[in-house]
Amino acid sequence: MTPKTLFEKVWEKHVIDTSLDLPLLFIDLHLIHDVTSPQAFNLLKEQGRTVRRPDLTFASADHNVPTTDRNLEFKDLLAKKQVDALIKNCKEFGVTVYDLDHPDNGIVHIIGPELGLTTPGKTIVCGDSHTSTHGAFGAFAFGIGSSEITHVLATQTLPQAKPKTMNIQIDGEMPDGVSSKDIILRIIGEIGTHGGVGHVVEFTGSTVKNMSMDERMTICNMVLEAGARSGMIAPDETTFAYLKNRKFVPKGEKWNEAVAEWSELYSDPGAVYDKTVTINIDNLAPQATWGTNPGQVTSIDKTIPSPKSFTGSNERTAAESALDYMDLNPATNMNEIEIDRIFIGSCTNARIEDLRLAAQVAYGHKVHNNVTALVVPGSYHIKRRAEQEGLDKVFIDAGFEWREPGCSMCPGMNPDIANPGDRVASTSNRNFEGRQGKGVRTHLVSPAMAAAAAITGHLTDIRKWNYKGGLRKNEAFS
Amino acid sequence: MKPFRKYTGSVVPLNKSNIDTDIIIPTEFLKRTERTGYGQHMMYYWRFHEDGEPNDDFVLNNETYKQATILLSGENFGCGSSRENAVWALHDYGFQVIIAPSFADIFKGNCSKNGLLLIELDEAQMNELFSREKENPAFSLHVDLENQIIQDDSDWAASFTVEPSTRHKFLHGLDDIDLTMTAEEDILQFEKQRAFYMDPSVN
Repeated sequence: MTPKTLFEKVWEKHVIDTSLDLPLLFIDLHLIHDVTSPQAFNLLKEQGRTVRRPDLTFASADHNVPTTDRNLEFKDLLAKKQVDALIKNCKEFGVTVYDLDHPDNGIVHIIGPELGLTTPGKTIVCGDSHTSTHGAFGAFAFGIGSSEITHVLATQTLPQAKPKTMNIQIDGEMPDGVSSKDIILRIIGEIGTHGGVGHVVEFTGSTVKNMSMDERMTICNMVLEAGARSGMIAPDETTFAYLKNRKFVPKGEKWNEAVAEWSELYSDPGAVYDKTVTINIDNLAPQATWGTNPGQVTSIDKTIPSPKSFTGSNERTAAESALDYMDLNPATNMNEIEIDRIFIGSCTNARIEDLRLAAQVAYGHKVHNNVTALVVPGSYHIKRRAEQEGLDKVFIDAGFEWREPGCSMCPGMNPDIANPGDRVASTSNRNFEGRQGKGVRTHLVSPAMAAAAAITGHLTDIRKWNYKGGLRKNEAFS
Repeated sequence: MKPFRKYTGSVVPLNKSNIDTDIIIPTEFLKRTERTGYGQHMMYYWRFHEDGEPNDDFVLNNETYKQATILLSGENFGCGSSRENAVWALHDYGFQVIIAPSFADIFKGNCSKNGLLLIELDEAQMNELFSREKENPAFSLHVDLENQIIQDDSDWAASFTVEPSTRHKFLHGLDDIDLTMTAEEDILQFEKQRAFYMDPSVN
């Protein structure tokens, strides 16, 4: 038999045998949220259609929701209208919805795995580009537009051209202070923001094998920023240990049967990818972006590159206009860039391990006088867990704001936006112009780096940090 | 969707790579539950100053280009967020065709569902178009989707390729869902043999 990649195995199990032009893919899990679904439901109703598989459709309100007191009336009436529409549409069509106060509410890409809805080998879609996050479990997960949402609601399928495959092999041991966020930022820096266009990326290599699920989700989440259709990682013992006993996974003997099937999901030896990239991270330094796309990134101990150092004329012009927007000069030390706000949150970095790392940095320190610092857990599960571990107290004592879950400052759709001209160190995934508010300048960093910047008031090399309570990687903080 | 066969329109150049969907329609304008009315906010931060006055330096605000319906742009157009509002905004603003060296995947999919035609040309062809446009402010292009040929009023012409199923849909104005539902029997058959662990387990 021809050796197959992980992606090909999952793909082949989902192509429905039809006489249509394009392969028709069955969708196992459809996640929906407040911002991209109202128009899709409207179209569904206009066309007189219904939801084919409400049992495979799950919704959470996340993009628009206020992260301050949930009991407050929404200040933003348009946002309220979208959240209300989500809840009403879900009730009308029998779709499970985790609304604002539900104990399982949170960012869709965080609650999917948390509830065990995200499992290996599934096809998963959502009207949000960072759906690639779920690929960390060996699912084929990708973002779709509103018309496609209507299509999935009506048919539980999607016509899809088969993407190409790319192997990104990551080897080496993660140096202290370096996180999976730094790895994926470096990768985007290397292959560029369209290096992955048309491809599904599989992450392989010893580093990936040793990563926790939280770390794996961060790299799959952000591979989208390299233009990839999605990211995937073959499920293994780490995956199964994470999923076992979660709400929607099979239990008892059924669990064993499922694990046996899931264990077949890996790329066969000799499987051919359309493209392969290798990276060694033994000497990787923490990363921070200096420009207006995630590929404009460098090490924290370096200086901002000169636009002249780019060979292509497009890249040179892009660097010039980025530095202009960011109000930065070439040759400035990255670790001298002053920060007005920090944001720890988003589907990229708002999981429990992210919060632990940030809390270890914050412990015993105080947020700089000139800085506003926001910590927004990715879900109520994470919030409760963090509070059990006392992380909320560490943050609050240090002067960070501890919020309710939601997308918050990542898309900047809710009241959580910065002021024009503000410079933000953010654990989110996009540093586009205006992403976090008009004229706002975003530097993408890891949770530990964001916490450190909150305290010093400037981007800071976390490798030199004074951990007043010690550093314990991936351990509960107490 | 209306059928799309031949189209002629005037051209506006926006020679920049990686124009993302946050630029095309900023997040603050996404809060509508409708699929219409986004054109007024298309590329808002580029078209308008902070005080809401038009930015006269921005090419789309140039009188010459007010009627343009064909956009020339740089590589990786439409990258970033999956928001289909970006396509609705471009279409609502008046664009019928976008020509660039490459487009982002999700954006491409979204355009194929809304009758906004994307044409990919190589860099040399793009450069030729940009320079011809520069010399001729009333530059128009004729797009023939049936034969996949694009030409100007003088001697320039190029062939292009649109993904066959998208082309078929555009030419006949077909709706995706209706097409899929012609295979409903096949979907039913598939559903019957799915593994138990593909469904959320409620026990």
